[in-house]
Amino acid sequence: MRRALGFGLFVAVAVVTLAFLALPIVGIFVHTSPGNVLHQFSNPVVKDAFVVSLKTSLLAQAAILLFGTPTAYLLATRRFPGHSLAVTLVELPLVLPPAVAGVGLLAALGRFGLLGSSLSALGITLPFTQTAVTIAVAYVASPLYIRQAIATFEATDPHLTAASRTLGAGPVRTFFRVVLPLARGGLIAGLALSFARGLGEFGATIMFAGSLQKVTQTLPLAIYQEFAVNFDASLAMGAVLVLISAVLLLTLRIALSWRSSPSTRSPSLFGLSSSS
Amino acid sequence: MAKLTLDQIAVPLRTFQLELSLEVGSTVALVGPSGAGKSTVLNTIAGLVKPAAGSIRCDEETWFDAERGVFVRPEDRRVGLVFQDYALFPHLTVRQNVEYARRHHADEYLDRFQIRHLQDARPGSLSGGERQRVALARALARDPAILLLDEPLAALDAHTKVDVRAELQQLLAGLEIPTLLVTHDFEDAAALADEVGVIVEGRLRQTGTPADLVAQPADPFVASFTGANLLHGEWCATGVGTTGIRLDDGTLVSTTDDGDGAIVLAVYPWDVTISTTRPDDSAMNVVAGAITAITELGNRARVTVGPLTAEITVDSLRRLGLRPGQQVYASFKATGTRVVASRPTEG
Repeated sequence: MRRALGFGLFVAVAVVTLAFLALPIVGIFVHTSPGNVLHQFSNPVVKDAFVVSLKTSLLAQAAILLFGTPTAYLLATRRFPGHSLAVTLVELPLVLPPAVAGVGLLAALGRFGLLGSSLSALGITLPFTQTAVTIAVAYVASPLYIRQAIATFEATDPHLTAASRTLGAGPVRTFFRVVLPLARGGLIAGLALSFARGLGEFGATIMFAGSLQKVTQTLPLAIYQEFAVNFDASLAMGAVLVLISAVLLLTLRIALSWRSSPSTRSPSLFGLSSSS
Repeated sequence: MAKLTLDQIAVPLRTFQLELSLEVGSTVALVGPSGAGKSTVLNTIAGLVKPAAGSIRCDEETWFDAERGVFVRPEDRRVGLVFQDYALFPHLTVRQNVEYARRHHADEYLDRFQIRHLQDARPGSLSGGERQRVALARALARDPAILLLDEPLAALDAHTKVDVRAELQQLLAGLEIPTLLVTHDFEDAAALADEVGVIVEGRLRQTGTPADLVAQPADPFVASFTGANLLHGEWCATGVGTTGIRLDDGTLVSTTDDGDGAIVLAVYPWDVTISTTRPDDSAMNVVAGAITAITELGNRARVTVGPLTAEITVDSLRRLGLRPGQQVYASFKATGTRVVASRPTEG
């Protein structure tokens, strides 16, 4: 009797939790219809924001993949003085308030920033350009990919890389023929997370890149600008972001289940199991 | 046959330092308890571990020389290393695994190891014995100058082990490159290798033929570790509940285990009795001959008669007045024997 009561309590709490999490999503989809979403795409603000978001996100994720993967591999497989410091540096944007990231990017790359004069000398101005959006997104989203990549590489059986070496493959060939194929699922999962985080970037972007329609105004910035004047547009953009996020999460689940081969121990989803 | 030479290799490990000089010209086994540094020896030869001192040469090639600052990378060493867990690439098929080192050479090895029918399978779906065959094929397809085997039989269950041990024995006998294997099991070592080195805490305690080690262990540790006499012979008859085996020296013995073809039989020294007259008791197996060696270790003595070594107390040694050259009878029970390798004759 008491056991049944205790279990009922757990179920009740879980129902409340799930309802709380579902409520905003339900709110969005109750107040907007697929027709409204499609209709809003003829609104230049919505369309431009969508294009800017997509373009900057793709560029930022490509950069994260290209630079983050070798970095993660090195951090996962080598121990060197300053290793913990390097890992902390990689993880810092994860906990940094986005506004601080925005100020930091301005202070580093702004006209009067650390590298500002050198960039000006080269004729490059970053703040309030589309490149600035890409940089802000890459800065804020990269930890999610790199952490997951480190955890995935750390879970690769060291005997497999050793076997590859004794079979005549150098470190580079070993990386591409053994490490990368086995890490594929984990890396895709990390990229999906990072993509979702980058798509929602707001604080750092508005400070470092501003909110210029067609240039730097991403979906979250457009939602913020529109919600006072055109709530329907905000809802439509919100619905689009919810759908994309859901698809990304699903990708992540599927990608993680691929990777469960017998010779790789499964790293935790967010790389929280990685020591150091 | 090529020769591998380890000269005063030193590798610092967590609690002790591995210090070793070793020549591998045929099949050599390093045997010792877990954590003795055995796998480190193999990793050092393969170039996966860099020693602090010493040198490693394979014939005329120097793979490592601390003084001259030579370190050849693992991919350039021509070593075939078979890992204890086999380390097959799980994302590649059997054929792709075997082809990993050299393309277009897989067929020969797929046939030789009878794994052609598995060529499209992934390692995850193979049995332990099949995985080992794939791992051996992959290592040998690399065309190595030396073969290294890390605990080749540890991953197998007791039942499969007898067959795979016999298979491996035949393979190693036909191999034209030197082989170094490490194991914690003296019987594996004795069944597979011509020469056995006992390694404890990173140092070689004694090297010799398996029979030497059983007959004349250098110290009590080696004596306790060496374990069984291994008797080689051929199946010759099947009796009521026993199998008859003709040993290589012609002696007939029987065992309660099953076996067929070429058989290796294990008998522990402490299960062998020595008497000066032909015994009349329940022991089915009697070997008559002259004592060839007596080694005393504290209160025990090892007495060798023909292919057999017995361990008896020093008291009994004195009481019977045993001395080398004396004609005696060594006896042991059929129930005290175990078949450790058995290979049915072909055809």
